[in-house]
Amino acid sequence: MRCCGLDVGSRTIKLVTSEGGVLDSTIVDTGANPLERCRDLLASRTFDRIMVTGYGRYLVTSALGGRTVSEIKAHAVGARYLHPDCRTVIDIGGQDSKVVLLSDEGQVTRFEMNDRCAAGTGRFLEVMANTLEVDIRDFGGLALSASSSVQINSLCTVFAESEVVSLIAQGAERSTIAGALHGAIATRISGMANRVGHRPRVILTGGCALNGCLVKMIRERLGTDTVAAPDPQIVGALGAALLAGKESPAGICKPPGNSVS
Amino acid sequence: MTADNRQMWAELGIDLERHDVLLNALGPIYQEIYLSQKDRPKGMGFFDFVVGDIHGIRVKELRQHAVNGGKVVATYCVFVPEEIVWAAGAIPVGLCAGAQFSVPIAEEVLPRNTCALIKSSFGFKLGRICPYVQTSHLIVGETTCDGKKKMFEILGKYQPVYVMEVPHKKTKLSRELWHGEVLAFKEVIEKLTGNAITADKLAQAIKLVNGRRQALQRLSNLRKNSPVPMSGRDALLVTQVSFYDDAARCTQTVNALCDELDARVSAGQDVAPLDAPRILVSGSPMAIPNWKLHHLLETAGAVVVCEESCIGTRFFSDLVPENESGVEDQLQAIAERYMQIHCACFTPNDERLDDIVRLVREYQVDGVVHYNLQFCHTYANEAVKVKRALAEANIPLLRIESDYSEEDAGQLRSRIDAFLEIIRK
Repeated sequence: MRCCGLDVGSRTIKLVTSEGGVLDSTIVDTGANPLERCRDLLASRTFDRIMVTGYGRYLVTSALGGRTVSEIKAHAVGARYLHPDCRTVIDIGGQDSKVVLLSDEGQVTRFEMNDRCAAGTGRFLEVMANTLEVDIRDFGGLALSASSSVQINSLCTVFAESEVVSLIAQGAERSTIAGALHGAIATRISGMANRVGHRPRVILTGGCALNGCLVKMIRERLGTDTVAAPDPQIVGALGAALLAGKESPAGICKPPGNSVS
Repeated sequence: MTADNRQMWAELGIDLERHDVLLNALGPIYQEIYLSQKDRPKGMGFFDFVVGDIHGIRVKELRQHAVNGGKVVATYCVFVPEEIVWAAGAIPVGLCAGAQFSVPIAEEVLPRNTCALIKSSFGFKLGRICPYVQTSHLIVGETTCDGKKKMFEILGKYQPVYVMEVPHKKTKLSRELWHGEVLAFKEVIEKLTGNAITADKLAQAIKLVNGRRQALQRLSNLRKNSPVPMSGRDALLVTQVSFYDDAARCTQTVNALCDELDARVSAGQDVAPLDAPRILVSGSPMAIPNWKLHHLLETAGAVVVCEESCIGTRFFSDLVPENESGVEDQLQAIAERYMQIHCACFTPNDERLDDIVRLVREYQVDGVVHYNLQFCHTYANEAVKVKRALAEANIPLLRIESDYSEEDAGQLRSRIDAFLEIIRK
């Protein structure tokens, strides 16, 4: 049976097709019309079942059909599939970040999400990289190269940007400022993880897990076995695809691909 | 009727243009949250009618009362002893403070990082968009939070305000202070109305308010049934309306609704599938028209069966004993009854933790959603203790912090979905 997992995030849409293992994965920008993007993505694919997760899950299923699962469960299932010893998932996405605690059997027992602002999310890093005129893909490397350190106190994206502008005006090195920004976000994320009560092994998922500096800083702050999932952006879509395969057939709506005329 | 209402609103000094926008926004929201529900009890028709004419018929009654020389006393909090108001021939009316619409108006004056309830209530006065505020002769505030306390000082520049001091501890000294506050309040109301509060009148008022409490208790008890005979949204609305409707009529309509629900329970009729997670909502108040959390929970497949809240059990749980005969003893009994409210303004307030755990058992609750308004520091901090108490009792908990705006609905929905997945597994 061929299953699709579709993760409609705030910044990117991820699609995973699985049949036992991962057959295919795609990442596209969400853009201004996520529904159209999803239609396009699905139009060229054949599959038996689909499960949709992410911020735009209801938008998509209400138009195209299919079932939904929360990002929290989807990331938990995906991370657990990739790392059977995973007990904690930290997903840092474009719009929010979450810490999910799993039982030994892999069930979600507790979770926490950051509150309605960009602090502690990929968006925060994007805005800051932009202010420092650094490509987001090079941002972690730049931060790791810092030879001195300063503190960024604001976690509000807007206020932190003002702090960055002041630091630039004071002549601080870009790498130093980048390090401080990564430190601020890592402190916030690990604080959230401590509140939930993390257990090893901690798996980082979401686009920010591609940032080696952030992974390192979170690992240092948690003081526990922490690694980034391979291909961290597609973990939620993978989890959704796996869950689609587990669903009882009676509970499955028509695959959205079939409803696209 | 509409032309009639407009005339009345104009006489009350309402900003008609702004008021139109407010009322026009309410209709579609009510349609989506309430009227779209299936299998609602017929008894909800009365409440639909009341909300449909939310600034009309009841305001007209209050104005008539004023024309006849009576007074209208507006309140925001379940601590204000309404028996005293009724006993003096005045009418108490709970003001709504649950609309986003008036928040930006208030932010022209109040700090933005103030809780939505405070901003909403203040904005209604500042923007002249609430005919209940305009009709009232006195607004009675209290000291249940620092934000409100200071807001009342500012509100006092626009309309007569009297503030009761609610103590913050449950010691003997604090109880004495509160008793003194109740006595002082009686004098304030007597002076406002020109009517002396006699033992007979107070006894009648105690009976009147107890009657409504008993009706609301009966309604609440019906929600213990599985399957549950009414939605949490509808129950929330009934309690919200009971804050400003006539007490005797409210007792009657709620009891009539309960008769219908009794029949539903006998017939095993449900409003949600038997396996729908049963949720207790606990925390900050939800003033009308704040239906956001209940709506999100129930459209995600859960059913809300109880509110440990000022628009729930804290409002109607305890009765004032009816056997006291003199005014002095009656006032003492009233003071003691109100000190039973386990508001987060008290320290310590462990009775509230016990209440939550007890209600979870009584209402067969699968999970608790702790709701706190953003910047509501008492409930936000007390939530830490709630979390520990529920963890100890092995009861799932989801903490939600929000305000009246709709922008965070997507994020809240993610949390709620994940929480229900945990409960359902």
